Amino acid sequence: MVTFLQQLVNGLTVGAIYALIALGYTMVYGVLGLINFAHGEVFMVGTYVGIYAALALGYEAMRPEAFGPHQALVVMLAAMAGAAMLGLTIERLAYRPVRGAPRLTALITAIGVSLLLQNLGMLVFGADPESFPRIVVERVYDVGGVVVTNVKLLIVAIAIVLVVALELLVHRTWTGKAMRALSFNMGAARLMGIAVDRVIAQTFAIGSALAAAGGILFGLDQSKCDPQMGVLVGLKAFVAAVVGGIGNIRGAALGGLLIGVAEQMTAGYLSADYRDAITFVLLIGVLLLRPAGLLGTVRQEKV
Amino acid sequence: MSRWLRRGAIALLVVALCWGLDRLFEAFLVEYAVRIVIFCGLNAILAVGLNLINGTTGQFSIGHAGFMAVGAYGGAYTVVQLETWLGPSLTALPTFAQQAVALTSGVLVGATVAAIAGFLVGVPSLRLRGDYLAIVTLGFGEIIRLLFNNSETFGGATGYSGGRPLGLTTYTSFFWVALWAVIVVTVVAHLTRSSYGRALRAIREDEIAAEAVGLPTTRLKVMAFVVSAAAAGIAGALFAHLQSAVRPDDFKLDRSVDMIVMIIVGGLGSVTGAVLGGIFVAVTLELFRQWAEYRLVAYALLLVVLMIVRPQGLLGTRELDLAAVGRWWRARRTGGAS
Repeated sequence: MVTFLQQLVNGLTVGAIYALIALGYTMVYGVLGLINFAHGEVFMVGTYVGIYAALALGYEAMRPEAFGPHQALVVMLAAMAGAAMLGLTIERLAYRPVRGAPRLTALITAIGVSLLLQNLGMLVFGADPESFPRIVVERVYDVGGVVVTNVKLLIVAIAIVLVVALELLVHRTWTGKAMRALSFNMGAARLMGIAVDRVIAQTFAIGSALAAAGGILFGLDQSKCDPQMGVLVGLKAFVAAVVGGIGNIRGAALGGLLIGVAEQMTAGYLSADYRDAITFVLLIGVLLLRPAGLLGTVRQEKV
Repeated sequence: MSRWLRRGAIALLVVALCWGLDRLFEAFLVEYAVRIVIFCGLNAILAVGLNLINGTTGQFSIGHAGFMAVGAYGGAYTVVQLETWLGPSLTALPTFAQQAVALTSGVLVGATVAAIAGFLVGVPSLRLRGDYLAIVTLGFGEIIRLLFNNSETFGGATGYSGGRPLGLTTYTSFFWVALWAVIVVTVVAHLTRSSYGRALRAIREDEIAAEAVGLPTTRLKVMAFVVSAAAAGIAGALFAHLQSAVRPDDFKLDRSVDMIVMIIVGGLGSVTGAVLGGIFVAVTLELFRQWAEYRLVAYALLLVVLMIVRPQGLLGTRELDLAAVGRWWRARRTGGAS
């Protein structure tokens, strides 16, 4: 039972991070109908921006306790801002020129951008893994044999705050309304006077910032990062978005938690080797049984 | 009757040509260069096969490295079993006969198991459309690699070497690669030109319309997928006997990306374009080996720029045709004279 609870705690922590990244996939897909393959790389770059920001703020590996919480907050905001800039740049330079093209063209472009960022990352950041600065000093609590840390609690808390904030943004603001209008019918939205390009850019910026937040939390949780970390994490987050029903914010959050827990349970009870495979098994299962995802709505295809 | 005579003569001529080129390369090229030519052939098989499903049928697969892995492991396993079973009676044969017996059975089994894998993956996933299919094939490709990575029979992460210190026998030579490349290209080219090919293109252009005129779209897509997986299996089996072991790391996502670059450079839906794309990737891979980290940056940029500027690939769906080039040349000359 203790093992089960421990895996559940670990799974929910990882799942919260996947959920944050999945939001970006789901938003872009909802608005553009494009799988933004480069999103995992945006997450990676965001994490690195966090590392450099922490170093610039005077983080010392020998004395992590000297790094205050307000500085940690600045690191997080810097990473989010950096990733948002990157997201805007990608959208402007690579995706906007192929927006009217067939879906395959856009998909291949996205794969290309992802590869480009990944390999540029290796050149700029170096291929070796880097340890993420411990900008939050870890405290360990023992709850009846289950190990819980303040970092894990913080991760879940931040993820909940951001998901709720996004939910409010999408349903309670004009920007959110414009996004929903775009995902419903881009042509009609344009005719209603919505600045389509601006709303799409905003979608990318917000999604990328959330991915960077996920990156900082991932760094805190796993304490290691490398330029290729975006591939697997990005893929899992995408799967989370699909499992929950792509285009659906609550679905993405649910899918993220589900993937995280499934992964940790597999690692704990079966074998750590199959941890990555379970994600795809889940994906294939959900797509075959319920192609629109758990919370998605089936749209009738029109001829 | 004369048609069969002609076909037989052409087949003999092709075999002779492959053999002649093989001798020529062996005599005049350094080992390193021979390896590049071999990889040109392997890539041509991979690209032509992948193009049938990605280019002609328009169903995007990014997991073909998985089928190549199935073919490589299946082929290597068969050949190792065959070697233990035949024992000295195989090694007593001349080298060419050894290659013919071992490699041919390896490739045939490799192609068959890859085709079966393609069928098992294709039937459920081809019900999905577009981007979902891409993700599912990616997932299947990864699962296949992870299964080999964790299988004790196939040596896990260190790879399969038949449980022998010297590893697998290196049977593959340019002759065999060229021969199989010709076979695959011929089959796919005929398939593309047949009524099946027309049906596949109809699916690419408009799946709903294709279904409305009565085409069995799912069956056609699965067929194209199976043929395409079999081609990857052939390349895998040949690739396996080029080295002393089959390693799971040879079939990572990078391999699938290389294949996609091949068909996009060549043109989605063009058989000759795919061959050229395969050669392009093999040659650039070697030329830029010392700048390996920049090579992938360049590939990625190439993909993005091509998609923005020329999304149908360099050749598009056109074929490179020597007769057409000749006609164009004559037309130009007569045009200049008058």
